[in-house]
Formats: sequence, structure tokens, C-alpha cells
Amino acid sequence: MSNTQLNIISEPDVAAIPDVETPSRESHAHFRWMFIALALALLVIPAFVYPVFLMKVMCFALFAVAFNLLLGSCGLLSLGHAAFFGAGGYLTAHAALVWKLPTEVAVLLGTVSALALGFVVGALAIRRHGIYLTMITLALAQLVYFVAMQAPFTGAEDGIQNVPRGTLFNIIDLKNDVNLYYVVATVFFVCVLAVYRLLYSPVGRVLRAIQGNEARAISLGFNVNRYKLAIFMTSAALSGLAGSMKAIVFQIASLVDVHISTSGEVVLMTLIGGVGTLFGPILGAMVVVMSQNYLAGFGEWVVFIQGLIFVLSVLMFRDGIVGVISKKIGRPL
Amino acid sequence: MSTGHTNIPASTRPAAIETRDLTIDFAGFRAVDGVNLRIEEGSIHALIGPNGAGKTTCFSLITKFLVPTSGQILLRGKDVTRLSAAQIAEQGVVRSFQISAIFPDMSVVENVCVALQKRSGRIYQFWKNEQSLADLEVLAEPILEEVGLLQYRNLRAGLLPYGRKRALELATTLALDPQVLLLDEPMAGMSPEDVGRVTELIRRIRVGRTILMVEHNLSVVAGLCDRITVLARGKVLAEGDYKTVSQNPTVKEAYIGADHD
Repeated sequence: MSNTQLNIISEPDVAAIPDVETPSRESHAHFRWMFIALALALLVIPAFVYPVFLMKVMCFALFAVAFNLLLGSCGLLSLGHAAFFGAGGYLTAHAALVWKLPTEVAVLLGTVSALALGFVVGALAIRRHGIYLTMITLALAQLVYFVAMQAPFTGAEDGIQNVPRGTLFNIIDLKNDVNLYYVVATVFFVCVLAVYRLLYSPVGRVLRAIQGNEARAISLGFNVNRYKLAIFMTSAALSGLAGSMKAIVFQIASLVDVHISTSGEVVLMTLIGGVGTLFGPILGAMVVVMSQNYLAGFGEWVVFIQGLIFVLSVLMFRDGIVGVISKKIGRPL
Repeated sequence: MSTGHTNIPASTRPAAIETRDLTIDFAGFRAVDGVNLRIEEGSIHALIGPNGAGKTTCFSLITKFLVPTSGQILLRGKDVTRLSAAQIAEQGVVRSFQISAIFPDMSVVENVCVALQKRSGRIYQFWKNEQSLADLEVLAEPILEEVGLLQYRNLRAGLLPYGRKRALELATTLALDPQVLLLDEPMAGMSPEDVGRVTELIRRIRVGRTILMVEHNLSVVAGLCDRITVLARGKVLAEGDYKTVSQNPTVKEAYIGADHD
């Protein structure tokens, strides 16, 4: 060390500082293996499990990944994400059934409509912080629910039924569950990969800075609101894509998809899996959708049991399942 | 005090920052009331005054963290009153905070790299790998060495002791190479030896820069600052060099009066 160096501090030296280093770059190498494992699992699993059920899991998993993108990387809690999920579904269903557009165009339209809705809601919401932001998303989502209930094209209580699945690019017949499964799986995989790339890109670094200390990020010259809005819109678009695919898979768009309970469900999925982890929301969606299916026999009690799971998971592992594992092995997951 | 301009009369030097009748109301309470400041290019200017005098509010107004109710802010003669906080920073005016402002979950070197990333303009790349920023670390290391943090480069910044956090904050600010630095109580909570070291560091980094600082420690102000503005109840009470200000009877009264309130 040179003479000119100014050692500012006479405080405790190296020995006194806990020897915890931030994860080095090599600790990200495991993501490659996780994605390979995910791809293999997506390839073979329909041989063992009913494809429609798997598609349902993937639609909700993508929805949860989108929601977590906003909560985990920006710290913005939205209680209105069903609005994007549902709007995507309604638009896609209407476009495919009434306008008779090809499936891929209908899904694209649903996604773009959620993106546009995300711009409106996001632009209003990010002007506030914390609970106020959350309340704005909740209020606007209730507005969307009201529109879905009253608008002439949404079919109110009946929803939009008998949505045709169509053929993809006029080649692949989507009425076949297995065909549709691989299309949905491909979209799902690409989206999760894209979210991963975003989280560990130069933009991802800025997002972590903003979450760590927003005022400091502003004072360094970052246009924080531009980042927040962009992530909000990305999250909304991915949610819309998830809702659009769900409408095609189940051939229906209904009020449940825009209902506040769906907004709450996606929070539950993300918390069970682990906020801020990449794979947590996917696992959380699996757990929630599976519990809904296997507990269906309990009827109305499903909601009660879900609430119980929620309370227990928050009390026992606040970081979520994947969050706990990630801390144990000292690597991001 | 050698500022490198000593043979030019003060009034003809360009002002790095100038405020005209700067005022802000918080629901009827006037925290800053018609403040006219003139921070000369290349000088170290101190803002002092009793608690609640509006010093930090002035900082927040100049850096646009708060929007003034009325008045003007000029940067080298250009009106910047309508710019956003981020735009002010892009103009080379960077502030520090009373509470050490770092990114606690990032490593020490990453903290500095965030500023370097902003300077390099690679801030909207969402398709590239984060590792593409690794070249910035080479630039960060000399800055860390200057503030004595190089040995902690990979440590989580949140684990640093208080004084070193402040050093890291300074390093991050310096990485932006700002023309104007606004330091909000840079020595607060430091031991006497540390105060000496930070003073020395500020002397080193002042070259080619303008510094406006809020500071309570009057002996630091006396030795370091070219000019002092005393604020009390949101208004300018006195201005001048240390000798002038310290002998001003209203200043003495404001300080002693406030202490005995």
C-alpha cells in the first residue's frame, strides 16, 4: 500500500469485520444446470402427468414469476395483478372467438393489452411508495373487475366460453393436448430464461441498487421511475401472456381470473416459493395449484386450508421454500 | 486559503451554484425562506446553523429532491430549477446524505461500479450478462485505494463499520467525477482522528471541483472552508470567511440562543 493512501478509518480492522463475502461470479454457473434440468423435466413430464394440469401449473407459474419480477427486483407490491392476468385472458378469448384471429395473434393481442394496461396502472402507482402504491394497484384492479362484469363483450357471470384453441402458424393442431402442452412449455421456458437474463444484466444491477437505496440511486443520476415503470409493464405483459395462454388452454375467460382472490393467490404462490428467487414462484405455483386439485374434495374448505398454509409458511420460513434453500447453500436460486 | 483564483476579485468569478430567493413551504411552515446563495467555482463553501435552520432542506432543494415553492437555482448561470433530481446529478452535481448512503447488499467494489456504470452509459442493457460490467472494476480499484477500502473490495458493503461506509459513499460519489459535491455532514459520528483523515481527503479531492458542505464541527469548517453561510430559521443570517462570521454578534446569539432554548 502506498504512502499517499489515506486510510480513513481507525475503526475495527479486518479481523473485526465478519468474513462474509458476496457471492462471486462463479456461483452463478449453477443456473445453467438448473435451466437444463428444467428443460428436461418439461420434455419428459407429460408422459407421466396429465398435460392440461401441467399447463395450468405453467400458466400460474409464469404469472407468479411475473409478479415476483416486480416484487422481488423492485420491491413493489401489487395487489392488482389479476387485472393483467384477466385482461390478457379476456382479450385473447374475444379475439379468438369473435374476431376469429389465429391463436398466436390472439395471444399476442392479450399480451399487448396487458402491457398497455400495465402502463396506465404503473404510471399512476409508481408515483407513490409502499402501502399507497399497493392500494392504487388494488383500486385500479377493482375497476377492471367492474368493467369485466359490466362490459357487453365479457359475458358477465358466464365469461367467454368455447374459445377455439385453433392451430399454431396453421401447422400445429392445438386441439391436441400434448401439442398445446409443448407450445405452452416453450413459451414458459423462454419467458423464465428472459426474466433470468434481465435479473442478472446491467439493468438487474441497477434494479438491485434502487432496491438497496433508492435515494442514493437517484442522487447518482439514475431515472428510478423509468426503471420502475419498465419493470411494471414487463411484469404486466408477462402476467397477460400467462392469462392469455390459460384462456386458450381452458377455452374460457371468466371473472375468477380478474377477481381479487387471484391477485391474492399470486402473492401466496410467490411467498411460499420465496420472494426474489427465480425458481421460488414456480415451485410456489406448483404447490398452490396442486393443493387446489388434491384438496378439491374438501369443497369450500380449500380456501381455509390455503389460508392455513399461508400463515404457516410465513411463520415457519419467511424466505419461502426456495429462499431457505438458497440461503443454506449460499447461492441465488 | 489557496483556491487558485486568489488574484481574481470574487464578484467576477463564475458561480458554480447560485440560488435566488429560494423558498419552500411545508403546509404553511416556511423551512427555507428567500435564500440567496452564491457558491463560487472551485471553492469549499460551508452551510452552518442551528438544528432546524434549513441546511439539509437547502441541499435537497438544490439537488431537486424537493421542489421549491418559489425561487430559482442556477448552475453556472444556467437555470436548472425545472430539472429532475436525476437530471441534476447528470449535470455533475452529486449529493451525499446524512445517513451513510450505500447499497448494503452489494459488495464494496460493486457499489463503486454502480456509479461507474452510470458514467459509462451502460444502464439500459437488459439483454447482456451482468459480467459485461466486469471491466469497470479495474477503474473502481484506484478509487477504493484512495479511500483505503481496496482490501475490502469483495465484502458486503452493509457489513462495513460506520466510518468505512462513509468512506465508501465518498468513493462512489468520486467515481461519478462530479464537478459539484454537496456533502451533508460528512464527519458526523466520526472519531477525532477520522475527522482529520476525511478533512485531508476533502482537501485532495477539491482540485477542480466545487464543494458545498453542511457541517457542525466549527473547527473543521474553520480550517477547510473558504466561505461560510450561516442559516437560521430558513434565512441567511450571515456570510463571509470564518473570521467574519465567527465574530458576527447575531451569529453568536443565534448559536448560543438556540443551544439554550
